Amino acid sequence: MTNKIKKSIWVFGDYRNYFQNRVTLQLLARARELAPKIQAEVCAVVFGCSLDEYVGEYIAHGAQKVYVTDHPVLKDYNVETYSVLMEKLVKTHNPEILLTGATYFGREFAPRVAKRLHTGLTADCIGLEINKDGLLVQTAPSFGGNLLAEIVTPETRPQMATVRPGTFQEIPHDYNARGRVINIPLPDNLPKPGVRLISSQKLPQREQRLEDAKIVICGGRGMGSKTKFKKLFELAKIMEAEVGATRPAVYSRWAEHEALIGQAGKHISPKILFSFGISGAIQHTAAINDADLIIAVNKNPNAAMMKMADVAIAADANQICSSLIRELKKRIRE
Amino acid sequence: MLKLIVCIKQVPMVSELPWDSRTNTLKREIADGMINPGCKHALEAALQLKRQYGADITVITMGPPMAEEILREAAALGADRGILLTDKAMAGADTLITSYTLARAIEKECPGFDLVLCGSCTSDSETAQVGPQLMEELGIPGAAYVENIQLKNRTLIMKRESDDFLETLEMDLPGLVTITTRQYAPGYASLAGLQDAFDKADIRKLSAGDLNLDIKKIGIKASPTKILKVYSPSAEKENIMLKGSAKKIVDTLFEKFGDKISGAIGK
Ligand SMILES: Cc1cc2nc3c(=O)[nH]c(=O)nc-3n(C[C@H](O)[C@H](O)[C@H](O)COP(=O)(O)OP(=O)(O)OC[C@H]3O[C@@H](n4cnc5c(N)ncnc54)[C@H](O)[C@@H]3O)c2cc1C
Ligand SMILES: Cc1cc2nc3c(=O)[nH]c(=O)nc-3n(C[C@H](O)[C@H](O)[C@H](O)COP(=O)(O)OP(=O)(O)OC[C@H]3O[C@@H](n4cnc5c(N)ncnc54)[C@H](O)[C@@H]3O)c2cc1C
Repeated sequence: MTNKIKKSIWVFGDYRNYFQNRVTLQLLARARELAPKIQAEVCAVVFGCSLDEYVGEYIAHGAQKVYVTDHPVLKDYNVETYSVLMEKLVKTHNPEILLTGATYFGREFAPRVAKRLHTGLTADCIGLEINKDGLLVQTAPSFGGNLLAEIVTPETRPQMATVRPGTFQEIPHDYNARGRVINIPLPDNLPKPGVRLISSQKLPQREQRLEDAKIVICGGRGMGSKTKFKKLFELAKIMEAEVGATRPAVYSRWAEHEALIGQAGKHISPKILFSFGISGAIQHTAAINDADLIIAVNKNPNAAMMKMADVAIAADANQICSSLIRELKKRIRE
Repeated sequence: MLKLIVCIKQVPMVSELPWDSRTNTLKREIADGMINPGCKHALEAALQLKRQYGADITVITMGPPMAEEILREAAALGADRGILLTDKAMAGADTLITSYTLARAIEKECPGFDLVLCGSCTSDSETAQVGPQLMEELGIPGAAYVENIQLKNRTLIMKRESDDFLETLEMDLPGLVTITTRQYAPGYASLAGLQDAFDKADIRKLSAGDLNLDIKKIGIKASPTKILKVYSPSAEKENIMLKGSAKKIVDTLFEKFGDKISGAIGK
């Protein structure tokens, strides 16, 4: 009888900013890959108001079951309320694994849930595997991405992780997918949250956010001047890329503060990163470790940036930039 | 008077990655610790409240004995006292257990506190989990990734940017906030201040026994997460060096990576 109870992998449905934020779908896809290794089913859990659209999306992207609490009280994201709901649900159904997207919300929500369940939580993972003991091996960056740690939660359940958006690829939308929807009513004894939301204003969507860009062109002090730095924007336009900058470039007002890449700025994970005239200080490189291919141009072949690049170009940054523009324009014409 | 608590952690200097690439291990003994930048911003937020309204600031850290240094530095910056939780039995705690230990110390040593301030994230293990877990453990309201706080009577008004939303939140004290590094640029301790802090700062050292903590509930053994291994990801990269005329370089680049580049253009 007891072996009828199936294990499950849960994914928290984080739909704020959906369409841009697709981390839930990415996690469902990874969960589906991991599930057979522990004979588990994949479930999504979603709280909010008027959720049918998201429930449909989760099923179409791999959820075999969706637990839903849909109620006007849950209209706004609320970390305290959502933590209470998740705690209750986990205690009833005992999933093996609970995955949450490492959005701002997810990174505040998951620790609170883990605390309530007295279980382990690995932050900001960039890899998830099942090992031969059936444990979830969670790979998380530390020291600004310079080190990776493999972490497991052997004893307590669920095994919890937050996962960086963009780490996994979503499954294409399957219109024929079927899943069970389980409606969970709002409990009546829900505590009143201690933090009140006074106002929430959606920030204008940037055209293509640096964090999501497939190609980033990053420039540093070695570009030499504002006029020369402008060339990078021209190059970016041709490649449909985004421009990033180091701190000296931002301080010299060659680029906006929004473009700062590094410890004090943004973390990026493009397919290709071009790095022009950048020395490779750790405060900068900490934020570019996830780039698939790094092409660095620096006149000093021994610069730290050149050592971490896949392709190190020992040359003048401005000349290479101009040559690239010329070559790409030629290719577009052809 | 407002009673503020700032949780601070000692971390290795960012410029010196404590990584021994020969033995592939973390150099734990690296002595050159500093206050985690995030915690320093939290301290600055507390100092600003102190300047505005007057406040009593306790800084608290759990760590090895040498973490006392950062308490002294915090005192030089304007904190009124420091508490060092240090005990072999506390070592190796994950965030679940770190927040447990910190909470018990806060309850015992700082009853009647108004506000706990943490950094959002550390620069070493950078989980950003301790603040939110401390809210649960202390049973008080709180918000993470806060950029700006304003006090109105007993209500704290908090501003933050969260997943592309600009939010204003409020809560009644006591509560907890984790502070980002966007505002509250930390000040510098004066040399004289540092000297004073080293000579006369009020620092209390507490062990697990002093806090009546059950040894089975703290430290590495009580922690549900286990680290299997730590390694350096960049070590394996093989790298190509291109030299010569710009034209030749760009030609070679397209020969080798043209497909990859075209593939990434326009998604
Ligand atoms: C707490 C803290 C936080 C920080 N946060 C950040 C951050 O978030 N982001 C960040 O970027 N920095 C940050 N910094 C600063 C960081 O330490 C470095 O100073 C900065 O990244 C250096 O920028 P750069 O590489 O553009 O300039 P430089 O270090 O001056 O390097 C310029 C490079 O350009 C090369 N060069 C010069 N002329 C040419 C040419 N004609 N063609 C090709 N190459 C040329 C040089 O060989 C050199 O390697 C931070 C520092 C601190 C202390
Ligand atoms: C490589 C590596 C990876 C790790 N990964 C994980 C993991 O995924 N999950 C996990 O549970 N543990 C993990 N740990 C353990 C973790 O380092 C400890 O629990 C640590 O004590 C607190 O975590 P943090 O540095 O990430 O703090 P964060 O949560 O990032 O810190 C936020 C704030 O909490 C306060 N704070 C944190 N630590 C202290 C302290 N000791 N004293 C006073 N205030 C403090 C500070 O205000 C700080 O600014 C890891 C450790 C290592 C070495």
